[in-house]
Amino acid sequence: MFHICLLMFSPQNYPLYIRSVPSQNELKFHYTVHTSLDVVEEKVSAVGKSLADQRELYLGLLYPTEDYKVYGYVTNSKVKFVIVVDSSNTSLRDNEIRSMFRKLHNSFTDVMCNPFYNPGDPIQSKAFNGIVSGMMVQTG
Amino acid sequence: MCTMAAEQKKKSLRCRRKKIKTDIYLLCSVAPLRHRAVLLQSATIGGGSGQTQAEPAAWRCVFTGNHSCLVLIPSVVRQTGATYLEEGCIDLFARRVSASPSGSLHASPPGMDQESAAASGASLISLTEHEQRYYSGLHALCQADAPAKLSSSKVAELFKASQLPPESLHKVTEVCGAKHLGYFGTAQFYIALKLLAAAQSGLPVRLESIAGNLPLPRFAGLKNEPAPPASDPQGAPSGSVAWNAADRSSFRHLEANADKKPEPWSPPRSPCSSPPRSPLTYRSYPYSKQRNGVDAQISYDGKLSSRSIVQLEQHSSPGHYVNKPAAEHAAVAQASSAERLNQPATLSYSDDDPWRITVEQLDYYTNQFKTLQPDLGALILGAVAKNFFTKSKLPILELSHIWELSDVDRDGALTFTEFCIAFHLIVARKNGYPLPESLPPTLQPVPDQHQDERIPDTPESSEPLIVFEDAQPRSCQVVKDPNSVARLDPTLASRKHDLQEESLIQDGSVTHLGSSREKPTLRLGAFPEKPEPHQELDPQMRTKTRQRSYSSTSIDDAIKKAEEPPTPPPRPQKTHSRASSLDLNKLFQQGAPGVKSGWLLPPPALPPRPSATQVPHFLKVSEQASQNKVQQPNFADFSHFREEEESGVKLEEQGPASRFGLSSEDLGSASQQDVSGTPHGQAPQKPIRRKYHPESQNLETGAPPPAMPFLPPAKTSQKLLSRQKREIQMAIRKNRETNAVLRRLNSELQQQLKVVHQERVTLESQLELLRPLAST
Repeated sequence: MFHICLLMFSPQNYPLYIRSVPSQNELKFHYTVHTSLDVVEEKVSAVGKSLADQRELYLGLLYPTEDYKVYGYVTNSKVKFVIVVDSSNTSLRDNEIRSMFRKLHNSFTDVMCNPFYNPGDPIQSKAFNGIVSGMMVQTG
Repeated sequence: MCTMAAEQKKKSLRCRRKKIKTDIYLLCSVAPLRHRAVLLQSATIGGGSGQTQAEPAAWRCVFTGNHSCLVLIPSVVRQTGATYLEEGCIDLFARRVSASPSGSLHASPPGMDQESAAASGASLISLTEHEQRYYSGLHALCQADAPAKLSSSKVAELFKASQLPPESLHKVTEVCGAKHLGYFGTAQFYIALKLLAAAQSGLPVRLESIAGNLPLPRFAGLKNEPAPPASDPQGAPSGSVAWNAADRSSFRHLEANADKKPEPWSPPRSPCSSPPRSPLTYRSYPYSKQRNGVDAQISYDGKLSSRSIVQLEQHSSPGHYVNKPAAEHAAVAQASSAERLNQPATLSYSDDDPWRITVEQLDYYTNQFKTLQPDLGALILGAVAKNFFTKSKLPILELSHIWELSDVDRDGALTFTEFCIAFHLIVARKNGYPLPESLPPTLQPVPDQHQDERIPDTPESSEPLIVFEDAQPRSCQVVKDPNSVARLDPTLASRKHDLQEESLIQDGSVTHLGSSREKPTLRLGAFPEKPEPHQELDPQMRTKTRQRSYSSTSIDDAIKKAEEPPTPPPRPQKTHSRASSLDLNKLFQQGAPGVKSGWLLPPPALPPRPSATQVPHFLKVSEQASQNKVQQPNFADFSHFREEEESGVKLEEQGPASRFGLSSEDLGSASQQDVSGTPHGQAPQKPIRRKYHPESQNLETGAPPPAMPFLPPAKTSQKLLSRQKREIQMAIRKNRETNAVLRRLNSELQQQLKVVHQERVTLESQLELLRPLAST
């Protein structure tokens, strides 16, 4: 069973959304992601130039730990997505991760379009949950 | 003493139960059961109508603590048939009880209190505590002018709500004694309720039937009706919660003022719409005691023509609503309009589908839409819709879910159809229907001429566009905008969307989506609209971009696409103030990983002179070029004429238009060297074409030059040499022109990119500013 965890952070680095499959081991995921935020910040700030192009949105493999690989993605409004997958899941290629981030970004934009959603609130949209679940099941 | 007396009486009653008809009523002078005779036991024999006036002397009263009294009506009237506690008797007693100061009641031995009475009663009686509560609730529901007399119209309505056939109702009325009495007293009412329960359970409407344990009578379409414990899982918790709340509040109202009793019920009861008709299971509505326009509007939705009482309530509700704080909204005006609308409404509600919008509802929604946005074809912005729907007092989470369901094109704004969907969902939710996970089929928007939900890509849209992949989320958002834009009626001239405005501006500047950055929450005022063809072009482009957004390789695609058309994209010419500040080096460096190699098309480095002696020189140059990832696109023109050798180096032949005019000194110098070098060389007899494939994608551009075999350098005559020189010079000139064109193009694009980036920064800063305001 593949482990995969998805987290989203607001620009102020507090979590907007957390989901992991399977539901246990969440603490370990959360710890990993929390430490990966440093790497994300580092990459984001390194890109200091005014032009922010698409490729920078996808940060790629942040760092591989012994068990897990952490991928990062940051939007133009500094919302960060982090995906943690276990290293045993070798079938997940970079493209797939990118497509996952793309889908996430689309869904996140849809959530933002909802006027009842205040940016910074935890995301409670059922549609978003559905998409994330579908994605995780697909990759897991 | 009293306890024992009561116990004894009860025992006696018990043993005599079969023979006598005895009613034990608990009269209570204390709220919440004030003046209500709670039927503790009703054991009857045989049916029969008629009742006699039980004489007060025949009563056995047991005063309990807590200001209540057990009244035993003995069997003295056995011969006369069923005995019921007359309302008059209750009146009398109630008056007695209330008249005497409460202190006197305490004189009664503190033995049995209400609870124990009830408990002991419960063992005897068929009125469980649940039933008690329920009946008292219903009793309060039907309470009318006289203290103990129930409003017959309300009772009739209640009976109708039980959905029993009329003859059963008549029988019930007869059996419970109200017919004889001419009105419904409490006793009759309770007996009637039990008879209704019996009838609904299938038992005959007789007095014996109510002796047993019956489920609660079910009334459709009544607010404050608790879900019968046996059935109705739908919304039961919320229903019961609401019922309890309503119950309590109803009790408070009862205490407060008997006159006001109908009123609190009116808004909740008015929406006894025929949705209940559809599924009987939706009997309990999780109404909250909210009074606002939406409630009234829900009352509009309910087709209450069959319920005159509800009409009455509706009439009262506008008045009631007016009393509400005006802050509650213009929705009150909506309510009154809803009432007016409802009056002539016929029962055209489709019976079995609560999700279908009826004509009246559609009219109402149309009116509401017009109050928000006079133009029916235009959009309601998200913030406006949010304010409007927040008035419905639904929780934000539900409103958010409703929004997600109804905003089918995901643009953060509502068209008229989407607005109707959202409104209908809100109405349904307030009527108690749980929100569906996805749009019911009858509610799904029918794509009309206004809506082009998914605009098909057109080939022509892709070509002139360069997608700025650096701003994918913006392009994504902008996709929604043009969808909304496209959805607008093209004939309508004015739009109120800053979406459009921004998109237009960006169109003017960039012509493509990628650069436009839309934050839906930052909608600004209306802006002048753009010519229609632009709009139509944009959505297509944007849809296409959205589909391939986030692709890291799409820049190459875009570049290639830009290379393909011979003419520059249709954009207004901008001043090239920054032409000189192009950060070409950066572009070069970016191309280093190879992904962006397309950007690094160098100006067509001049082909090496066809000369045997120049071969090594050319080779050097070529290698240098290759190190710079230089493509030598214009070699195609020259490879025909280039005589020679260039050992193993292939130069790609590309059309002149498909260049980016990136100039670099080193390349220029290389070309210069070439130019200088070649005249000295010897032109081979056969033109040698070399194909240089630094990257695979260059194959797309232009026609791949036919591969020419490498011919050994051959001696050329001077004549050939001069001819070639001339041709080469022409080629140089042409290449230079191409370079200039491409350079200008590039600078334009860079300029637009910077402009768009500025806008993006502005918008982001605005968003940051707004965020602390938005966050609660």
